[in-house]
Amino acid sequence: MEFFRFSRDIPFMKYAVYFNVISLLTFLIAVGALATKGLHYGIDFTGGTVAELRYAQPADMTQARAAIESLKTGEAVVQHFGTPQDVLVRLPLVPGVTNAQMSDNLFKAVCGTRTLADSKNACGEGAERIELKRVEFVGPQVGRELFENGALALLLVVAGIMIYLAVRFEWRFAVSAIIANLHDIIIILGLFAIFGWEFNLPVLAGVLAILGYSVNESVVIADRVRENFHKMRKASVDHVIDNAITSTISRTIITHGSTQIMVLSMLFFGGETLHYFALALTIGILFGIYSSVLVMAPLVRWLGTSRENLVHATEKPKDALEAEKILP
Amino acid sequence: MNRYPLWKYLIMIVAVVIGLFYTLPNIFPQVPAVQVSTNKTAVRLDAALLDRVEKTLKSAGIPTTTAGLDPDNGVHIRFVKGDTENQAKAKEVLIKELNGGVADGTGNYIVALTSESTTPRWMQELNAKPMALGLDLRGGVHFLMQVDMKGALDRAADRNAADIRTLLREKKIAYGGVDKAGAIINVKFSDAAERQKAELAISDSNKDLLLKEDGAGQDLRLLVTLKDEAKKKLADSAIEQNQKVLGNRINALGLTEPIIQRQGADRIVIQVPGASDPARLKDVIGRTGTLELRMVDADGQKNTAALQAAQAGNVPFGTELMNDRDGGQILVKKQYVITGERINGAEPAFDGQSNQPIVRVTTDGQGARVLRDVTSQNIGNRMAIVLIEKGKPEVITAPVIQGELGSNFQISGRMTTRETSDIALLIRSGSIAAPMEIIEERTVGPSLGAENIDRGFHSVLWGYLVLATFICIYYMVMGLISTLALSVNLLLLIAVLSMLQATLTLPGIAAIALTLGMAIDANVLINERIREELRAGAKAQEAISAGFEHAWRTILDSNITTLIAGLALFVFGTGPVKGFAVVHCLGILTSMFSAVFFSRGVVNLVYGSRKKLEKVSIGTVWRPPSVSTNAAVTASVDAK
Repeated sequence: MEFFRFSRDIPFMKYAVYFNVISLLTFLIAVGALATKGLHYGIDFTGGTVAELRYAQPADMTQARAAIESLKTGEAVVQHFGTPQDVLVRLPLVPGVTNAQMSDNLFKAVCGTRTLADSKNACGEGAERIELKRVEFVGPQVGRELFENGALALLLVVAGIMIYLAVRFEWRFAVSAIIANLHDIIIILGLFAIFGWEFNLPVLAGVLAILGYSVNESVVIADRVRENFHKMRKASVDHVIDNAITSTISRTIITHGSTQIMVLSMLFFGGETLHYFALALTIGILFGIYSSVLVMAPLVRWLGTSRENLVHATEKPKDALEAEKILP
Repeated sequence: MNRYPLWKYLIMIVAVVIGLFYTLPNIFPQVPAVQVSTNKTAVRLDAALLDRVEKTLKSAGIPTTTAGLDPDNGVHIRFVKGDTENQAKAKEVLIKELNGGVADGTGNYIVALTSESTTPRWMQELNAKPMALGLDLRGGVHFLMQVDMKGALDRAADRNAADIRTLLREKKIAYGGVDKAGAIINVKFSDAAERQKAELAISDSNKDLLLKEDGAGQDLRLLVTLKDEAKKKLADSAIEQNQKVLGNRINALGLTEPIIQRQGADRIVIQVPGASDPARLKDVIGRTGTLELRMVDADGQKNTAALQAAQAGNVPFGTELMNDRDGGQILVKKQYVITGERINGAEPAFDGQSNQPIVRVTTDGQGARVLRDVTSQNIGNRMAIVLIEKGKPEVITAPVIQGELGSNFQISGRMTTRETSDIALLIRSGSIAAPMEIIEERTVGPSLGAENIDRGFHSVLWGYLVLATFICIYYMVMGLISTLALSVNLLLLIAVLSMLQATLTLPGIAAIALTLGMAIDANVLINERIREELRAGAKAQEAISAGFEHAWRTILDSNITTLIAGLALFVFGTGPVKGFAVVHCLGILTSMFSAVFFSRGVVNLVYGSRKKLEKVSIGTVWRPPSVSTNAAVTASVDAK
């Protein structure tokens, strides 16, 4: 089997302007969504209490809502979670109430007249039974720290990758690759904002993992561009880049497809916990292909990369391995 | 050209064997078990106990699989896989037999529910143990406690102020008074010579104190604070003490395998897997109170004027207005008689006459001495037993002192049996050194844990099967080799995680799935490169060799960038993110071995020995019909 049969190089560079306009538009839409709607943060970041309840039969939501209302916590959310029997309750932080009280109060309120089991994590019998499957409480100081740590992690990843690429290739590649991949990240976040999907800790981990992963594409293309500069001595820069993209596109799509298979499997089987994580990865993988091919390459071109940047003028190395040693 | 020396093949074999060996324990099932241990030094865990336990279970008709004795942590009884019903029954029966039905940790034995791996002993001795499952996979409770260091310093200052008062009185040094503002103790003098004497005496008695002279004329002062290194020592020991107290409390509830770790400068993580009663646990952990015995200054009967003044907002110096349990208010001295640290033991009991639940308390020698002194002079007065939680004092009871108290006394009040047993537990487990607050809590029910294991397992399984099928169809024999390498990657990753005794969580399983999806990248790169070489007209053997060599640099580059992201997550991540990062980073490292070194070895084994290799089975190698192909251009350019 062979999916990709290109008899000549696809002239990506010729249409680079159009692609960049599209990128810019999607980027602006994403930024706009982030600015106006903002991200819907999970309690990891905002602090608060989340409880997952399982009813023995489809839950009576109006009753559950009324019960939670009676706690008078302000913005409480009561919603179905996967199946009609599963209910998710989200409460904001309430000053002066400790978490121990909060989760107890919550469950007592939902149980109402049902008798509470000794363990305090189930109540009622038979069809009336409600089980407390999960309770999480996050205090305000934890959320703030997560923000800071998340931002620091992002900075460290960006700086680390840029330094590595600048040393390994040159600064034009480093800058282009990081712009292309941050563009992916913004689009992921933008989609999360537009659809109001929950942005929680696993999603943050997924976003950063994707950042490291999509840079691979840029690395593969940059590697091939350098190699082509050695081999195709008479070819123009555009031609060299077109050839590099065309000859690696098969690999790019197969690899991303393979990763996507695993991610889809998580999306289908992973349950609610992994749902948004898998969703973030899916968006990241799809845009990763697009951005490294159609954003990174034109940027490299416009930043003015040339044979001289990557191959030392006086040297005539036999292969790229030797060229490496003379790079700055 | 495509041959490995013997030692490289040996490395491959050794890696797979070790991988299998350490992965295996994860396949042996976990079975429910009951552990009988003790926290009393006088109680021996011996064959007689084992015998007694076995006989008890036999006469109760509870089926078990094995029973064994471990001199360090007691008797272990195992049950058939999934038989938690008999496990719970056995616990009940054993508590009745061994502790006379007392389940609050005051009995001689701790009977706890656990789960044990059925991995053979000889494997466990070679450190081949299954990965620990995180709370999200097995159910349990996770708490993050913030330790209030300011509170600890405050209490240390309280102690030091009291010591300085006694010291100056003993040495007959004239001082104007000792008071305290935050963590600074302020000693007043009217005479410089006396202050000089005091300085010498104080610095002699306590080397950790930093003394500073202040004031002039008649208003001379000595400011006493803790030295910096003493502060650090205090903080460290406060955390340690708190950890110990938490451990005692959790053990007393009969819960095993609690993880109590320090996190950062002032936090403690508590994880208790499989806790069947999280609410009770939270209650006991959350009770971060310290106990103090203080004299009552004024109440409804005595000194009513002072009480009324205090209620009007004019609280007399050195006293505090508190609610007592009857709903009334009393005025209690700020200065304590003794604290919980002087108390050796406490147990719930019933009063002989009124048959009300009470707590019996035993103090140590010094505590008894102080109590005797104070109570003998205060017969007929009231003494309050104050529990301070989160800086808020609460009077448990304020009984009238009936006679001189010694090293044994009892606390009574309108308490339920549950309350008396909790208070006894709190007193017994020791006094925490610094106040704590729960700032994060995660409770996962056991049913959700089992569901999460299922979800994680299916994610990896189905993803892997579809991926393997696709790669095998697309790259034929080379695809089969890539799949084999991917399996070795999974094997090694699980083996390394088991060796490190890492804790597997749902994000960890997600990382395994994701890493497998990313790891195939290396093999795709290699296979595509080999196809490309073949397309350009290279001979089969040369194409394989060139394919691996060219791809290697790209693989290294891309893995390093992925690793940078993984490391950043590891450094800045906490909890689930850290778990994800560990698996992700390790997976990248094992994939470099399996995808490059191992798969090359298999390729060499399959193709390397054939001198005249006509064809590599790598799926269709499509050649462009026209001459003006890239490969041809490249070749002709190079030829010039």
